[in-house]
Amino acid sequence: MSAGERSLAGWGRQPRTVGSVSEPTTLAVARESIAPAHGGSLIPRGLGRAYGDSACNDHGRVVVCERLDRFRSFDPRTGLLEAEAGTSLDAIIRTFLPRGWFLPTTPGTRQVTLGGAVAADVHGKNHHHRGSFGGFVDVIELCLADGSVVRCSRDQHPDLFFATLGGMGLTGLILAVTFRLVPVPSAWVNVDYRRTRDLEHTLATFAEHDARYEHSVAWIDCMARGRRLGRSIAMHGSEAAASDLPVPWRGRPWDLSVRRAHTFPFTPPCSLLSPTTVRIFNELFYHSHGSGRRVVDIHSYFYPLDGIHHWNRMYGPSGFIQYQAFFPRESSHAGLRRLLGEIVRSGAASFLAVLKSCGPADGALLSYLEPGHTLALDIPYARGTIDDLCHRLDRILLDHGGRLYLAKDAMMGPTTFRAMYPRLPEFLTVKRRYDPNHLFSSSQSRRLGIE
Amino acid sequence: MPFRPLFSHPPKLPSHPVILVVGATSLIARELCRRFAARGWRIVLAGRRGDALEEIAADLRVRWPIEVTTLVLSPQDPGAADECVARANAAVAGGIDGVVVCHGKLIQEEDRFLSPREIRDLIDVNFTTAAVILGTAAAHLEQRGGGFLAAISSVAGDRGRQSNYNYGAAKAGLTAYLSGLRNRLAVKGIPVLTIKPGFVATPMIAGTPAEDSVLTATPRRVADDIDRAILRGADILYTPWYWRPILLIIRALPEAVFKRLRM
Repeated sequence: MSAGERSLAGWGRQPRTVGSVSEPTTLAVARESIAPAHGGSLIPRGLGRAYGDSACNDHGRVVVCERLDRFRSFDPRTGLLEAEAGTSLDAIIRTFLPRGWFLPTTPGTRQVTLGGAVAADVHGKNHHHRGSFGGFVDVIELCLADGSVVRCSRDQHPDLFFATLGGMGLTGLILAVTFRLVPVPSAWVNVDYRRTRDLEHTLATFAEHDARYEHSVAWIDCMARGRRLGRSIAMHGSEAAASDLPVPWRGRPWDLSVRRAHTFPFTPPCSLLSPTTVRIFNELFYHSHGSGRRVVDIHSYFYPLDGIHHWNRMYGPSGFIQYQAFFPRESSHAGLRRLLGEIVRSGAASFLAVLKSCGPADGALLSYLEPGHTLALDIPYARGTIDDLCHRLDRILLDHGGRLYLAKDAMMGPTTFRAMYPRLPEFLTVKRRYDPNHLFSSSQSRRLGIE
Repeated sequence: MPFRPLFSHPPKLPSHPVILVVGATSLIARELCRRFAARGWRIVLAGRRGDALEEIAADLRVRWPIEVTTLVLSPQDPGAADECVARANAAVAGGIDGVVVCHGKLIQEEDRFLSPREIRDLIDVNFTTAAVILGTAAAHLEQRGGGFLAAISSVAGDRGRQSNYNYGAAKAGLTAYLSGLRNRLAVKGIPVLTIKPGFVATPMIAGTPAEDSVLTATPRRVADDIDRAILRGADILYTPWYWRPILLIIRALPEAVFKRLRM
């Protein structure tokens, strides 16, 4: 590897690629890095939390945007915040939660950049009410392949706006984002826990309670089989008023110092998450969470895994993939049952399995979610068998009109992708309009045939 | 395990002191300013590129309700450094209480001899301008009877080596200058901090072998160290801490051995 070349992978640590990395520190430098004189395709990268190869560009250029992290303006009357694309959600929360503002919807980690949140059109536990992140974005400032800077929105260059939302960084380099924060009564969430017996019970619980709660999520015990298949702990959350809080916080409802995170210090020689350890953990977790209400701070509810830096190391050097499947409402029961059954049969221990309800799509051309359910699974990367397993899972998705999340995908093939994303031709038309020479390209986009 | 001096006297500062940060567009300065602003310190950002300074000022103002002023030091004006402290004093009510000099310039000289122009430039940027600003600021603070001075020197100033002796010599000069200022201002209770970072992951070392070294620290970590050192009124800061023992060894090598090493 020459200077600037670095070995890169996504959060799942598979597949590994080599890319020529630049790390601009200002927007002006970032714009220069687009110049075709530098040669070769490029893909922007944020904090590297996409699980697969979305932000990798094997033998190409990668522009890491982490240091484009400045706020530009904030309007305390409307909650409108403009910030550079490398600003992390973590920085936004640290700055604005103490003033009573929070993200309108948030993914399961604070360690993503604004640019990444737009490019993957991320969603949270309130998708069934609020939709995905893109719904709160007003303006995207983008550097196009020819080096020009455009601001796109629902009124200006709407084609570019809806291609860039969820466009996985393939339309241009996102420089800045203007979006809305929302006021919250406190930095706490009232959470109602409900233990469910099986998949049917889990979905019935969602159906019964989703409408009354802002947030809805269930942890599924992926090791449970037979008549317990799909048993879960459903966690419905709603904003907690200051009067709901533990006494010491009532006078300062937004004052929540972020607990110091621990770091998983090294990569163990093999995965610590074997079927046995996961089974033990799952039994304990399932039985230790009774039904009932608790007031939980925002960090514990939304970002449980942010408490351990580099938790992905637990899977050992071979890494893992995250398989996040979406099923439309009418087929989600049948689809989820088959998917979970296949996972259980394969013996792949999924440590994390999270089920969420989804609401209407937001108009992004490569939009991932529609009304239905989405299930995210971690699967240890086992060379040789993983391709086959993913292929079988993809088949189940296709049979039930489902879809795979691009921010997690590491394995999908072009045919499957085209079948899952019917608006791909529209996306390609817009991409060709603004990036005729395919300057913006990633390992993922080439694998999926987005060209 | 940061080094703690035996006798440290925290600087005497008002509740919302004004800090002049020179070379404010550097990554370390950017991080440092955020830490100052978080405490309610007011900031005068000085640097050569006005638009870049405004971006940083906007960021700080959105994050914290503090007063941030920018001061453009035109690169065309050789006297810009002379006026820097006076202009900062004029720009904010009450004048400045502390100065952090963060600017610096490095040219790799591993494989060639620098041109006369480059040599002058390196010494001028790294030593002369820093000395002028620190010297005028020292006079101001002595009169005021409080505050602090701090400047980013370098571990490269501890011993000249073939890959960067022009830079190292200028930084060695700066280290000596700061030591003299500290000696002079100690009786007035004004701490002077010499900051000696090792490799820091900034554009300064991009493309050099140091970029991938295990010793390379993030600007955040270095800024944390500097911030703490300023607050406790430390004298000399090696950051990260492991550069202190490394430099102890490098300084102790006999010249007969050192001159044959490739470093």
